[in-house]
Amino acid sequence: MNLEFTPEEQAFREEVRSFIAENYPKHLADFGMREDMAREDFVAWHKILGAKGWSVPAWPTQYGGTGWSPTQRYIWSEENARVNALMPLPFGVSMVGPVIYTFGSEEQKAKHLPGIRSGEVWWCQGYSEPGAGSDLASLKTTAVRDGDHYVINGQKTWTTLAQHADWGFFLCRTDPAAKQQEGISFILVDMKTPGVEVKPIKLLDGGYEVNETWLTDVRVPVENLVGVENKGWTYAKFLLAHERSGIAGVARSKRGVEKLREIAAHETLDGAPLIKDFDFAKKVSQLEIDLAALEITELRTLAGEQAGKGPGPESSILKIKGTEIQQRLTELTLEAVGTYSAPYMGGVSNDNGSNEHPVGPDYAAHAAATYFNMRKTSIYGGSNEIQRNIITKMILGL
Amino acid sequence: MDFNFTEEQGMVRDSLSRLVREQYGFEERRKAIASADGWRPEVWAQLAELGILGMPFSEADGGFGGDAVDAMVIMEEFGKGLVIEPFLPTVVCAGGFLKHGGTAAQKEEHIGAIVSGTAVFAFAYAEPRGRYDYADLETTARKDGGAYVLNGHKAVVIGAPWASHLVVTASTGGERRDRGGVSVFVLAKDTPGVTTRDYVTVDGRRASEVFFENAAVGAEALIGAEGEGLALIERVTDEAIAALCAEACGAMKVAHAMTVEYSRQRKQFGVPIGSFQVLQHRMVDMYTAYETAVSLTYLATLRLGSDERTRKLAVSAAKVGVGQSARLIGQEAVQIHGGNGVTDEYAIGHYFKRLTIFDSEFGNVDHHLKRHVALS
Repeated sequence: MNLEFTPEEQAFREEVRSFIAENYPKHLADFGMREDMAREDFVAWHKILGAKGWSVPAWPTQYGGTGWSPTQRYIWSEENARVNALMPLPFGVSMVGPVIYTFGSEEQKAKHLPGIRSGEVWWCQGYSEPGAGSDLASLKTTAVRDGDHYVINGQKTWTTLAQHADWGFFLCRTDPAAKQQEGISFILVDMKTPGVEVKPIKLLDGGYEVNETWLTDVRVPVENLVGVENKGWTYAKFLLAHERSGIAGVARSKRGVEKLREIAAHETLDGAPLIKDFDFAKKVSQLEIDLAALEITELRTLAGEQAGKGPGPESSILKIKGTEIQQRLTELTLEAVGTYSAPYMGGVSNDNGSNEHPVGPDYAAHAAATYFNMRKTSIYGGSNEIQRNIITKMILGL
Repeated sequence: MDFNFTEEQGMVRDSLSRLVREQYGFEERRKAIASADGWRPEVWAQLAELGILGMPFSEADGGFGGDAVDAMVIMEEFGKGLVIEPFLPTVVCAGGFLKHGGTAAQKEEHIGAIVSGTAVFAFAYAEPRGRYDYADLETTARKDGGAYVLNGHKAVVIGAPWASHLVVTASTGGERRDRGGVSVFVLAKDTPGVTTRDYVTVDGRRASEVFFENAAVGAEALIGAEGEGLALIERVTDEAIAALCAEACGAMKVAHAMTVEYSRQRKQFGVPIGSFQVLQHRMVDMYTAYETAVSLTYLATLRLGSDERTRKLAVSAAKVGVGQSARLIGQEAVQIHGGNGVTDEYAIGHYFKRLTIFDSEFGNVDHHLKRHVALS
């Protein structure tokens, strides 16, 4: 048992570090996630990685994965977090991609996987509905077979960045008579199909990260069904487990703690740096300790994966702890910036197109918006309460 | 990076797990605690026979060449059975001082006796007013020719009633809390001038207040250089903390499993209480607390050989995180056991007690959070 990296792993770190230094777009360096960015900015790094063959490290090599060990993937994520790189969005790479290569037809693989790898095709996720949140299986959107088409009707919500999406994967009810989980199918929809309408939802931070997506008599060819009709729930759960495994965000939170320490070194309290105040420093240390615990827990999970276990119910722990820490981090950052948390600076996503210089320090400009934005993390991907239900059932056996 | 245990570690785990299961049941433990001696020397002899007491010593020193991970495996199994025998003070603490600071003669004299089970040690570091500062000493060792004369009062010396020997910290110069005036001594407990007041601890162990009144020891009793004991103490106590955290993990694992099982059996309102979501989620939080505690214990154990700052940060992180998990799991386990949880008859309360006292050993959550801040 040891925590050391092998000489090969250290060499790998050097390799990816210099690749990132040489190739990561300069104008996006340390930029973070901003929903007001242009589509090209979102996919800039994805496309570079696609050309390099590094955009889907976790996929099996036959589908374009890098064949990196979990430790190498961990190093990869750490090195990207060092520059706060804008990583490929998860909807294609971590969600629908694995579903397609695991359950899809050869035609679907050939048609869709290359665009996901290259970053050319933007995907969105049609899961939640106004009446189906945590109780996802109660979804009401229907897909009715009509010749060699499905006709889809219904309303999806929280469709993240669907305003940019080329394709979407949708859970639809194909057998209204079956028990809830058994009548659902997993269908791929071209977002340009007539009848698909995307309406933005304004969020607390002022941004438009999510949408309502209306589907009215949307005709989709039957070959867009993934796997077997009425077995969509199985694929949906598979996808959620994959979604959760990267959700801990350890490397990014570590970078966030460094930034928090920098901010707290600039801010003053009683004439001394805020970070010298024991009450505040204690909170930062507690966060770092919780993060260290999460990091080792994730590494243990990765080691299990290396030994051939897929992402299991343990990933629910990573989701709960990871999002609690992300939220705590934005909360402490908000506390650190103090009075300059109040001026409204257009949010994480700048809905009034303002490019004005911030009223306070640069690091304070988005502290509140980010704090508001990150409340989503304990709600999405299966709320943290749902994660507890999963652990109750799958691990405690109750 | 590797989280696998070796085959030998697996065998150690299996043999200890069997020993605890077959010979260390709740009733047997209760009887041992209530007996005059308060422990089971025959179990100690068995641990020597199994090679457990020699595990973390190098082969050159007469041990079996194990390391901190072996100690972790051993302590975790002890934690599962709430084993009271003094492995930590004898093997981890005294053994640690001898390994890292002992002369060839000291090793020769003591390590073989530890490995064979004939010598039992206690580590006298705490004082009535010293709290968790190893340098805040009122006990003194005055140099007198070639000898040292010890005077003072050591507090809550775990395992001292069973011990043949003591490792004692004392001030050999400078002011109180002077980091440069701390020395470490090893001596027989029957050294003239050493007296004890023995008692039972709330978690079923035995301890003593140890008094030194002009207790004279030779220069050969000094471990390491005079006045330079603090770095050695910090290293050994960091190793002890990692081992204690492993013990706490073992106890937490059992406390959690017992609680889940109880919630399956216990019926109220016509159904098992484990079917209530309000309790399910609390048991999930206990489970998460246990898993993160295991992770921090690994971190501390695997960083014991790192540079001093890295080691201290990892160990303090573990003592904070495991301490918080132990508090949560202990309290929640009792709560979910309801009235039965606060009876002496149910095992769960005894796990709760051990997990409670764990926090106060070698610095509590607040102390280690402070150390973490100071090093950050």
